[in-house]
Amino acid sequence: MAALFTARRALVVAAGRGVRCLSQLAELPELHQMMRQTCRDYAQKELVPIAAQLDKEHKFPAKQVRELGALGIMAIEVPESLGGAGMDYLAYSIAVEELSRGCASTGVIVSVNNSLYLGPVLKFGTDEQKRQWITPFTTGEKVGCFALSEPGNGSDAGAASTLARQEGDEWVLNGTKAWITNCWDASATVVFATTDKNLKHKGISAFLVPMPHPGLSLGKKEDKLGIRASSTANIILEDCRIPLGNMLGARGMGFKIAMQTLDSGRIGIASQALGIAQAALDCAADYAHKRTAFGAPIGKLQAIQFKLADMALATESARLLTWKASLLRDAKKPFTKEAAMAKLAASEAATFVSHQAIQVLGGMGYVTDMPAERHYRDARITEIYEGTSEIQRLVIANNVLKEYQQ
Amino acid sequence: MSARVLVGVKRVIDYAVKIRVKPDHTGVVTDGVKHSMNPFCEIAVEEAVKLKEKKLFKEVVAVSCGPQQAQETIRTALAMGADRGIHVEVSGKDYEALGPLQVSKILAALAKKEEANLIILGKQAIDDDCNQTGQMTAALLDWPQGTFASEVTMDGEKLKVVREIDGGLETIKIKMPAVLTADLRLNTPRYATLPNIMKAKKKKITTVKPGDLGVDVSSRLEVLNVEEPPQRQAGVKVETVDDLVGKLREAGKI
Repeated sequence: MAALFTARRALVVAAGRGVRCLSQLAELPELHQMMRQTCRDYAQKELVPIAAQLDKEHKFPAKQVRELGALGIMAIEVPESLGGAGMDYLAYSIAVEELSRGCASTGVIVSVNNSLYLGPVLKFGTDEQKRQWITPFTTGEKVGCFALSEPGNGSDAGAASTLARQEGDEWVLNGTKAWITNCWDASATVVFATTDKNLKHKGISAFLVPMPHPGLSLGKKEDKLGIRASSTANIILEDCRIPLGNMLGARGMGFKIAMQTLDSGRIGIASQALGIAQAALDCAADYAHKRTAFGAPIGKLQAIQFKLADMALATESARLLTWKASLLRDAKKPFTKEAAMAKLAASEAATFVSHQAIQVLGGMGYVTDMPAERHYRDARITEIYEGTSEIQRLVIANNVLKEYQQ
Repeated sequence: MSARVLVGVKRVIDYAVKIRVKPDHTGVVTDGVKHSMNPFCEIAVEEAVKLKEKKLFKEVVAVSCGPQQAQETIRTALAMGADRGIHVEVSGKDYEALGPLQVSKILAALAKKEEANLIILGKQAIDDDCNQTGQMTAALLDWPQGTFASEVTMDGEKLKVVREIDGGLETIKIKMPAVLTADLRLNTPRYATLPNIMKAKKKKITTVKPGDLGVDVSSRLEVLNVEEPPQRQAGVKVETVDDLVGKLREAGKI
């Protein structure tokens, strides 16, 4: 009888947990609503007024990054003991979306610091590494970056040609990394280099390198189409020497660290894309109310209505996928497929929605007076970085085929 | 160091929402509409937390009167730095009829019960714009009041309050215990930081009923009708002052 009660209670608890997960897709818990309000208010008041200027001047929002640090947003998942906010990935996804809605560049700066820099150190670092490489990067005073891609390989990450050789009690790194987000403003980087060439992708290891550092130099800042307030450049390593203790994880673990980090990072980029899509939708819907043509607001025209419907549908569908991926990750369940789906859906939604937003605005969408053109330019990169849409499709297909393994 | 500041926070329709009058003209639509803390109450909470950070007070207690959802407003105050919350449960018809007189009776009773030295409220709520609760609470307690405060400093044992009045600024000194109402320029409310939102989860909110405080919330007011203001008509442009005078005469205004 007692065993029956215990079993039933366990079932109820388990069901409750499951129900809580599902209802979080329908309505966010209070904690997340409060956090979303903070991020939304901050984005509205502090980011929206300066976003166009930041984009025009390619200016890193240092003051805003510090303020976001003070709010706990630069290290959302990091436990309080290390200086972070101690929240879950759903909270992180919401934060990046709300901030990106105000300024997409700021969104990616926050995302790279959280997912691509703090993420791997939190997951694979020793306690000493965490103290040294996490805590100073939670306040917004310092940001980190992630150096995987090279001029010779982006999608082909297993072909890393950057080399690391051991010399006494130091690692010596040589090679060039390309397209590194945040690098001109970063104080540290996670670098991936080959330690054993004959092991192919199993011979890649991860290293923590402070910036600036002798032997590490930066290429010219790329002049990009969008997210211009975020710096992107090459990192050049020429006999860059770091202590042995700067290896992150075990030797040969680098590829696995990179792939797992990117799984989570994809949720961040999906969230950034959602923010861009939402901002573009906001712009178009507002315009549809105000602009009159043929004697009425253009929102009365079916052509415009169908566009707005498709835009809202694309955004909301991608948002649910992103939230699901976050919830699975928070529940410590496999989430690779869902994260890839989220990133793919959200990035394609961002480019679609921002494209249509310009169409709704007509001529006004083409000039810098309205933010629609900036959203269009900002959206484009989301289909490329942290795994191109093509790579996402491969990841999804692999997972689907595995599910149907004969 | 005095013990306690009581801060009143009201849950109102969010300032950005477009208000719609109910078809039966008994009030405005509140169902499914976004609500948040009254902006002047946010300023009040910020001031209370600041005074605590200056070590002038030990504890900030956030109070809200209303249905279950009022607890969300209290939790926002907790996330801004209040230490604990008191939810005075008023719902249904009682809540619809709740006005400044009943709320000030409740606050007065709580102030005595909690032995508060200071009550800070927003100067008015953005839904009813009554601008009465602070003044009524002070009168019921027979405490001095510093309303429309744009600056508050400790001056020995007294509070120096700079008040925004029609003619400019007036500075007064009042003894505690006292009631203050916050005006727009008193401070800029802080964002609820993520760590503080997490901490707020662990802070306590106690629920009481008005009856427990010996307060009768029945209203002596009856709302007869609620309607939208008349639509704004287009104006007329004139070229000269003579034209203006002529037009005013035509309209019978002068």
